[in-house]
Parts: sequence; structure tokens; C-alpha cells
Amino acid sequence: MEAEAAKYIGAGLACFGMAGAAIGVANIFSNFLSGALRNPAAASSQFSNLIFGFAVTEALGIFSFLVALLLLFVV
Amino acid sequence: MADPNVVDPIHQFAITDILPFGDSGLGVTNASLFMILTTGLIAAYLILSTSRRAMVPNRFQVVSEMLYEFVARMVTDSSGKEGMKFFPFVFSLFMFILVANLFGMIPVFFTVTSHIIVTFALAMLVFVTVVIYGFVRNGPKFLKLFVPSGVPGYILPLVAVIEVISFLSRPISLSVRLFANVLAGHITLKVFAGFVVSMSGLGFLGWLGALLPLALTVGITALEFLVAVLQAYVFALLTSMYLNDAIHPGH
Repeated sequence: MEAEAAKYIGAGLACFGMAGAAIGVANIFSNFLSGALRNPAAASSQFSNLIFGFAVTEALGIFSFLVALLLLFVV
Repeated sequence: MADPNVVDPIHQFAITDILPFGDSGLGVTNASLFMILTTGLIAAYLILSTSRRAMVPNRFQVVSEMLYEFVARMVTDSSGKEGMKFFPFVFSLFMFILVANLFGMIPVFFTVTSHIIVTFALAMLVFVTVVIYGFVRNGPKFLKLFVPSGVPGYILPLVAVIEVISFLSRPISLSVRLFANVLAGHITLKVFAGFVVSMSGLGFLGWLGALLPLALTVGITALEFLVAVLQAYVFALLTSMYLNDAIHPGH
């Protein structure tokens, strides 16, 4: 297999990593929502934890996208 | 030159010399020009808007005060009163990344944070500050950070190694998070915009069909504005949390 073809296949495979990150992000928001609907008074105090958890989880999905971009444009 | 029928999303990140200083690379490039503009805009806005120090602030002073209070509250919540010693540092980081990201959203402007070296330099600043201040303030007790309380003795070495590795990965994750978010966003924008152009070249039906990637481009631009602000906030928040680790080591 030529290196070009392997690069494109690798880039496509790297995108599977975003599935896990997507589930993780959905997990965070769904737990926040269910907690906020049970205890609305405490919801706004946890908003900054929500944003922090979202950013850290999304970073992992972005890392996998970065691997795909590296394969396409840098290797 | 690239084939005009194929979208080339990478060319926007190329660094070009504007005022070259011979071959040394020390001249003014588009990246350094925009960093100068970012810092200049931040300094000019903050200084001019608060120069009157009015008790009843005008609009511009309100914005400056809101930014100050936002970051101050975040630093105090994460690192306590002693963390406010680092407020100038965190505030500068937040404003620089925020304005640099927002500058990148303007059509022709260059996005400074889309280069790993820029975000890595910022992340290493944070990391080195945390390590040095941690040792200066706590002495060898700073290493208690890697030994969480309540861990049974037999598994302690493994946990300590894992903690050290995760501590050393902080500058990498901090820099790559910002860099990859901005890079991915701008590449996506360029690719979708390229779809609009290439579809509208296909006659009348293509022109109608090009409305879909146009709508997507508008949506993604909105998302990119959100990401620009959010990533600045997250960088500053994580900086405050890492500084909290330096001030109060040990879980």
C-alpha cells in the first residue's frame, strides 16, 4: 500500500476516537441537567464545574482530530 | 500553487515576513504583527477606559470592570485569597488568548493561537510558574502533591508514578487543547467555505445547493466564536487550578 493511501486511511480511522469523547461530553451535560432539575438552586454554583468538565473532555476528542489532521497535512 | 478546484485549508496558517530582519527570522512576521496588535489593543482599551476612574462608570469602564471581576472571581474561587497574587498573570493570559482568538475570527486576520509554539509557550509559562512557586513556597513538601492521602501503602508507588506522569502532561494538554480547538475550527470553516465556492460553480442547481454549506458555515462561525471565548476561559481556569496545586499541595 502506498504511503498516500495509508495516510488517508489512518486519518479516517483516527476519527473514531471522537466517538468516545462525544459520549463523555454528553454524559457530563446529561448529569448536570438531571442534577439541576432536581436541585435548581444549586445549579448555577456548579456551572463553572460544568464548563471545566466539558472543556477537559472535549480536549480528548480534539486530540484525536489533531492526529487525523497531522496525518493528512504534516506527515 | 494548489489545484484551484480543491480546497486548501492549510495555506491560511503560513507565516509570512512583513518586515524581515535579514534571514534571522527576528523580523516582523504576520504572527508577531498580530501579537503586537493584540497586546496593543488590550493595553489601550484597559488603560483608556479606566483612566477617568469614575464612580459612575461609562460603558467602556463597565466592560473593563466586568472583565476584571470575572477573572478575579474565578481566581478566588479556584485558588483562594493567596491566589490573587497571580491575578495579573491569569488576567493577562485570559485577555491575550481571548483577544487573539477573536482577532482570528475576523476574515483576513491571522490567528496567532493556531500555532502550537504560541500556545506551548503560554502553557510552559504556566507550568514553570507552578513548579517554581510550588517549590519556593512549600519546599520539598510540594512533592506531597504526588502522594494523595488515603492511598494504601502497597499501591502507593504506582499511584505516585501515575500522578507524576499526569502532572508532566499538563503543559501538553493545556497547549494542545487551545491549539487544536482553534486549528480545527479554522480548517473546518475554510473547508465549508470552499464547498460553497465549488458548489456554486456548478450552474444554477449547484448555486441553489451551495446554500446548504453556506448555512453550515454561518453556524460553524457562531460555534467558533463560542469556542474562542470558551477556550480562553478554560485556559485561565485551568491555570488557576494548577496554581492552587502550587499554593496548597496535597489533595
